[in-house]
Parts: sequence; C-alpha cells; structure tokens
Amino acid sequence: MDFGPHLLLASLEGAVTAAILALTAMGLSIVFGVMRVVNVAHGEFYMLGAVIAWWVTSLVGGHPAIGFVLALGIAPLVVGLMAAAADKLILQKINYDPDRTIVATIGLMYIIQQTTLMTFGPDARPVQPPFNTRLALPWFEYGESGFAMVWPWGLSITSYKLFVIVAAVAILTTLWLVITRSKIGLIMRATQLDSETAQAFGVPVDRVYMWVFGLGAGLAAVGAVLVVPIQQAHYLMGHDPLLLAFITVIIGGLGSLPGTIIAAILIGMSDGVISVFFSPTLAKIIATLVVAMVLAFRPQGLLGRSVH
Amino acid sequence: MTDTQRSQGLHLGVIALLAAAFFILPTYHVGNLSRIMVLAIYAIGYNFLFGYTGLLSLGHALFFAAGMYGLGLSMELFDLSAAPALIVGLASALVVSAVIGFLALRTSGVSFMIVTLMFAQAGYLTILYFGSYTRGDEGFVIPQADRAMFGFDLSNDTTRYFAALLLFSICFLAVARLVQSPFGRTLIAIRENEERARMLGYNTVSHKLKAVIISGTISGLAGAAYALLFGYAGATFATVQYSIFPLLWVLLGGAGTTIGPLIGVIFMFYLIDLSSSITSAYMLIAGVVLVLLTLFAPQGLAGELRKRVFKWMP
Repeated sequence: MDFGPHLLLASLEGAVTAAILALTAMGLSIVFGVMRVVNVAHGEFYMLGAVIAWWVTSLVGGHPAIGFVLALGIAPLVVGLMAAAADKLILQKINYDPDRTIVATIGLMYIIQQTTLMTFGPDARPVQPPFNTRLALPWFEYGESGFAMVWPWGLSITSYKLFVIVAAVAILTTLWLVITRSKIGLIMRATQLDSETAQAFGVPVDRVYMWVFGLGAGLAAVGAVLVVPIQQAHYLMGHDPLLLAFITVIIGGLGSLPGTIIAAILIGMSDGVISVFFSPTLAKIIATLVVAMVLAFRPQGLLGRSVH
Repeated sequence: MTDTQRSQGLHLGVIALLAAAFFILPTYHVGNLSRIMVLAIYAIGYNFLFGYTGLLSLGHALFFAAGMYGLGLSMELFDLSAAPALIVGLASALVVSAVIGFLALRTSGVSFMIVTLMFAQAGYLTILYFGSYTRGDEGFVIPQADRAMFGFDLSNDTTRYFAALLLFSICFLAVARLVQSPFGRTLIAIRENEERARMLGYNTVSHKLKAVIISGTISGLAGAAYALLFGYAGATFATVQYSIFPLLWVLLGGAGTTIGPLIGVIFMFYLIDLSSSITSAYMLIAGVVLVLLTLFAPQGLAGELRKRVFKWMP
C-alpha cells in the first residue's frame, strides 16, 4: 500500500480509538470537574463494563445483536450503581479529602481487579460484534489515464467500527445537551461552581456527588461495551485506558469538558498514526514524555484555567 | 528522660531488635527480614518526601529502578566490581531524581502525581525498549561470584542479613536525624503550609528539590542493594505497582513517623505472604487494607500510636 491509503487507514483506526477515549476520558473529566477528586479506579470500571458485556452476551442466545444491545443497556447501569455505592460507602465517609480519595480509589482498583480475577479468571474472552461487514474504501490516484478511483488492497474498515464512531458522537452530544439544557445539568453545574451555595439553595450535594460518580463510571463502561467486540475482555484491560484517559483529561485542561473532547481526538488520532508508522513502545515513550512536559510547562492544560 | 533521648532509645532499640532477630528467628523468617529491611530503605526514602515534605509522588519506582539498573548494568555490561557499581547505582538515582525533581516541581498537587507517574512510565517503557541490554520483563541475574564486597560474600545468608541491617540502620538513623535538623523542620513547615514558609523567607522550591533528590537517592540505594543482595534486576521493579507499594507501606505504617516505614513493610510483607498461600489474587488484600486504612486509620499504625499513646514519638 502507498503512503496515502496507509495514512487514511491509520487515521480511521485512530478515529475509533479517539471515540472510545473520548467516552472514557469524559467520565473522568466530569467526576473531576464536579467533585474535584481523582478517580484512580476509573480504568477498573471500564474493565467491569467489558466483563459484564461478555457475561450478558454469553447468557443471551440468538443473534449477537440482541445480546449486544442488552449489554449496552445493562453494563453501564450496573457499573454506575456499583460506583455510586462505592462513593456512598467510602468516598463520602472520608469527605472527599484529595489525598485520601486517591489512596482509597487505588484500593478500590485492586479490589475490583482482583475480584474479577477470582471470578472471571485470567483469560481474555471475546464478544461477537452485532454486525461486521467489511467495507472497502476507494482511493483517488493520478495515474496514466488521468484522475482515477482505485480500490487498494487492504484499505477497508468494518461497519462495526463505523458504528462505534457514530455511537460515541451520539452519546457525547446527548450528554452535552443534558448538561447544558436540562435541570439535571443545571444542578450539576451549580454544584461544580460552588457546592456550599448550591447546598444552601436546597441542592442535595451529597446525592449529586454520588450520581455524578456513578455517571462517570457508567460512561467508562459504555466505552468498554463498544470496544469489547474489537478487543477482548480481560481483567487487566483497564490499565491502558486509565493512563490514556488521565493524559487526555490533563492535556485538555482539568475540568474542561470541550478540552477533554479535543484532547481525545488529538491523542486518539496521533496514537493511531504513530503506532502504524513507528514501533509501538517508542510511540508510547514519546507520548508519555510529551504529556509530562506539557504538564510541567503548561500545568493548566490546553483549555483549562489555572486551579490554585 | 527528654523526648530526644526517648526517640534515640527507640531507634537504637529497633536496630538492636533486628540484630537479635537474626539469632532468634528460624531461617525462613531471617531470609524474609533481610528482604524487608531493603524494602524498608525504599519506604524510608519515600516517607522522606511524602511524610515529611508532603509531596505525593507516583513515580518512585523510577528511582528504585535507576539504582537497580545503574548497579546491575554496570556489572553486566562493563564488568565493574560491586563497590564501584554501587556508586554508579547511587549516582544514576541522584541524577535521575534531580532531573525529574526539577521538571516535576513546576507543578503541584494532582499534577505532580501525574507528572511523576508519566516519567516513571516512560522510564519503564525505556527499559523495555532497550530489551537487548536490559532483557526487559524477564530481567537478568547477577552472577553469585560478582556479589562480593570488601571480601564478604553477599550471597551468603548471614552476611546478606547484616549488610541489609547496616544499610537500613544508616538510612534509618540519618533520616531520623535529618528531620530533626533545621532543614527537616523547614520541610515539615512546607508540608503544613507552603505559602507561610515562603512568606517567612524560605526558598521552598529549592528545599523541595533537595527533598526529592534525597528521597530519590535513598530509593535508588534500596534498588541497588536489592539487585546486589538478591542477585536479580528486572523491569517489574519499574512498573506502577512498585511506585504504589512504598505509598502503601508508608501509609500503613504511618506517614511522617520514623519507624512507620519499617512497620508498614513488615505488616504488608507478611499480609501478602500469608494471603498468597490462600489465593493467587493476593493484591485483593492490599486493596481492602488500603480502603480500610483511609476510612479508619488515616495516620497509619505508628501515627495512630503517636496520637493515642506515645505523644513523644518521632
């Protein structure tokens, strides 16, 4: 394949990564924005989403689409409820003290991960995609007979991957509308701005925190359900998304939702492109160093305001 | 007895107890204890930064690995003998912590944690990338014949135990002394209220940088000692998990107490030792302990003791 089609393929793969990353990072970003806490267990909620999706699809027979749709509904709900319960039982008790929250969520991370290891086991398990047609993509080339459309071998994408991109865009748009246009969103924004004043105006801040924590985890689970037909469910799969989501949220600016989306697109696309053309390990080294440098020299991120 | 005499008595007593343990305990626990003492050096280094300066780093595995690989690679590739290799290990940890400290201290709070985490991750990946020299995850063994210093065979159980005890005692007493000095007092002032320390005329940035370097170098010493005494260096020691371990030990034992790190390592070591005989998912225990600690004993074992019984404890 020539350079051009190769680049198109890389950016399509990158777009899928970006879509999943946007969902996962958005969960982390909302939790940080509203509650000002860092949730280290976020990657494990993602993993739980994938594992529950496998569980649901393996219980339901018939066409793979039935199981998948059920999983898309059940997994985020269950994960969200679990996260809300964890918030009520642990984080609320320590009053969201920043350092202690991090330690507690590190603990939570090991609890979820190791419990999954004990029940689900150490194997990677696949989930059938609901549909998976291979779509060949055309490429325009200037040849002997002038401008022509060719179909390079290997330049294709599956319909499921396109669906992932569309679904992520739809979910994020809905979320955007809820936050900016609905009463729930208003309550969330009021709590984010000034939780004490919000409390004085009758906003049940504790309950808002609980459900925001659940919502964040639920978004990670949605991302995982979408990714699990491409990548298998495994008890350690939460590690990389956690790091990537952290990077995304920080690059975008802590607490800035549009920043998170922009950063997710940037990082997802460059991840796709870099890992096609360079060694994946080298790509990761460069990416982590760049992030560390960005943070050291522009601590507020791309769109963030300085928090002090 | 004054408080200073009491704490000196406590420190010397701990060291005497560890020396006596060699003659009392069965061989299996003696072996465990030499490992525990080396890991406790790592915890002491971590505690200096986290407990006394108030900086939460998630990248100390990088400093541990710098010491470990500084020693290991210089022995493996350049055939250095143990003593100069130990110096190379210490020097590499010093340089790495100075560079990381310089860059990471531009940030604070959550960003500081993430920056140190990112640098440590980059370091881990670099070790994997140069797998032809470092042998990546698999690691390499330091031959028994090379593990000798000043005529002592460090692979022998007895010399290994007392070498570990010697290194531990040096770090333990040095840090205990350092935190009582004006420099250490200033670090505690920075932990309590950085703005106020700055207003009083202290250069907080240079103090914090010195704290990172001291903490990183002690962690590097632990890494180098681990490679030398147990004859193995591997990329596992550079993973995020090995950055979280010292945090866990220090929190469990009591951050900002001199004996906390040792208590934390002993407790955690035996907890994992016992639970791994029951289940392979032994990190579950670590998770549960962490959550329970934050809920019920946020100051750790030694911290709670100090709060309730021994108010004089250092």
